[in-house]
Amino acid sequence: MAAIELRGLTKVYPGGVTALDSLDLVIPDGEFFALLGPSGCGKTTLLRTIAGLETATAGSIRIGDRDVTGLQPGARDVAMVFQDYALFPHMDVTDNIAYPLRIKKVARAVRAQKAREVGERLGLEKLMDRRPGQLSGGQQQRVALARVMATQAQAFLFDEPLSNLDARLRLEARTFLKKLQRELGVTTVFVTHDQAEALAMADRMAVMENGHIRQIGTPAEVFQRPANTFVASFIGSTPMNLLDGVVRGDTLEVAGCRVPVPETAAGRLADGEKIVYGVRPEYLSYAAEGPIAGKVVLVESLGASYLVTLEVGEDLVQVTVPEGREPELGEAGCAVPRPDRALVYRDGELV
Amino acid sequence: MSTDAAGLGRVRASAFVAPALILIAVFLVFPALWVVLLGVTNYRLTGLAAADPEFVGLDNFVSALTDGRFLDSTWLTVQFVLGSAVIGQAILGFTLAKVLHGRVKRFVEGLVILAWILPSAVVSFLWIALLDRDSGTLNTLLGIPGFPWLLDHPMLSIIVFNTWRGTAFSMMLYGAALGNVPPSHLESARLAGANGWQQLRDVIFPHIRGHILTNLLLISLWTFNDFTPFLLTAGGPDGKSEILAVHVYKVALQGGELGYGAAVSTVILLINLVVAVFYLRLLREQR
Repeated sequence: MAAIELRGLTKVYPGGVTALDSLDLVIPDGEFFALLGPSGCGKTTLLRTIAGLETATAGSIRIGDRDVTGLQPGARDVAMVFQDYALFPHMDVTDNIAYPLRIKKVARAVRAQKAREVGERLGLEKLMDRRPGQLSGGQQQRVALARVMATQAQAFLFDEPLSNLDARLRLEARTFLKKLQRELGVTTVFVTHDQAEALAMADRMAVMENGHIRQIGTPAEVFQRPANTFVASFIGSTPMNLLDGVVRGDTLEVAGCRVPVPETAAGRLADGEKIVYGVRPEYLSYAAEGPIAGKVVLVESLGASYLVTLEVGEDLVQVTVPEGREPELGEAGCAVPRPDRALVYRDGELV
Repeated sequence: MSTDAAGLGRVRASAFVAPALILIAVFLVFPALWVVLLGVTNYRLTGLAAADPEFVGLDNFVSALTDGRFLDSTWLTVQFVLGSAVIGQAILGFTLAKVLHGRVKRFVEGLVILAWILPSAVVSFLWIALLDRDSGTLNTLLGIPGFPWLLDHPMLSIIVFNTWRGTAFSMMLYGAALGNVPPSHLESARLAGANGWQQLRDVIFPHIRGHILTNLLLISLWTFNDFTPFLLTAGGPDGKSEILAVHVYKVALQGGELGYGAAVSTVILLINLVVAVFYLRLLREQR
């Protein structure tokens, strides 16, 4: 078990594409850390660079007390679960799990014993003689996890570990993975493009865009206080309302309405400044009277709640409303922001 | 479910298959049977036995299998197949496919394919020009005029020649096969600390096992039956490069013993069958 420390990590691909631009990141020992971002943001490159499958152009990587920047993947003492699990089709489950031990020249009997122990822990004991081709997706994933566990590596790296599972199994696997990581206490970095996955599983997460880390924090921090408008619009199952506005004394003029300056930004705004007012639909309530008045133009069901879209001047504002209280189309209504959850962005950064 | 998915009925379905079957029968099955039939006669190209061949039973086979020249020839063929097909073409082809990348790869591919598609007569002439003892390119390059490659090292010459000739096929086949090895499997092995040889053994070979066996089957049979070396050495000197295809030509067409030649051909056919069955068995085996 060890911490992972990245300093000024840069990766430029031949051809000049900068996938990682001078990243600094410290992942403490035992943390379950998520790398989240849209496709092409560099999250997978970052994971592969930590693994040693890509060589860093500049910067350093430390795992524990060792600088591993120049080491081969096999010498870094990390283990990885690949998106397609990368199980060897010609080996049975036991041999697959024990493969890294075989490379390390562990005696056959010890290998088999270890594979059996880990396999039992993951509920694979009845499948040990099967080939990967005879296993379901969920079982293959557990074999890949068992292979990683058998190595007793310093850190685990997961590349989109859940994306090949069907939706129902994915939820189950999410809970399972989180529990397993907690029990093992091994520093784990995982890459995902699914924000729900990152929010649910990670202790902390980094949101990436174009080779930069845009925010690092716990899921709650990232969800409640996105550090910039990119993170604000990327995180959340329903996108955050981001409205252009201007500071007018101790109120904000947003979409033609006057809203109070949120608690988070109180005293830090100058009169006449241009800002972006951000508030999640979940942190707005719908009422007959309120600061943001508009007309209901769309009502969408989210299951237990409804997403109501209000037309406010030329802007659209989305509000979630509990079931049974959804308004009629065309009705005039107001959105009331929760003062401690509304945010103000100046030049794209949180005030 | 009906087995007659297209609803043609037996007669019309047979009509579709018939042209292919007739061609195969006329050009493959009939000649093969004819050779087997000839093998049990004393049929000759000229003389009395040409006019009135007699049935001689297994005499031809017995004399072939006890004939030192035939056995030598078989042994030379084994050397030729192992040396130029298995070791030469397959290993060199695999190595080229594995090692080369990008522009160098395309360049080498172009060169070796050229060697492969040129007609045998042209290629043989080029090699005679290369290996000629007095004014050959090789001797000029090495500065050893007068060294008789084709006389002193006839087997080595035709083995190198056939390797040069046929490597393109193996290289392209392995190139395609290697493209199908999932990168994540190689990376997984690398993360476990596997070195180059271990990656070959545990990831690449198991993945391309079918390609390897198919490749070996094809090039073994092609090489076994290859007649082109005759154009370089004519089986000489003194039968030192007389592989089976050349041997049959010499006894049957130059020596005129068609019955005996047919018997030897039948033996070659059987050896080919055994080789093919051996590879196909391996191929079908559960991995």
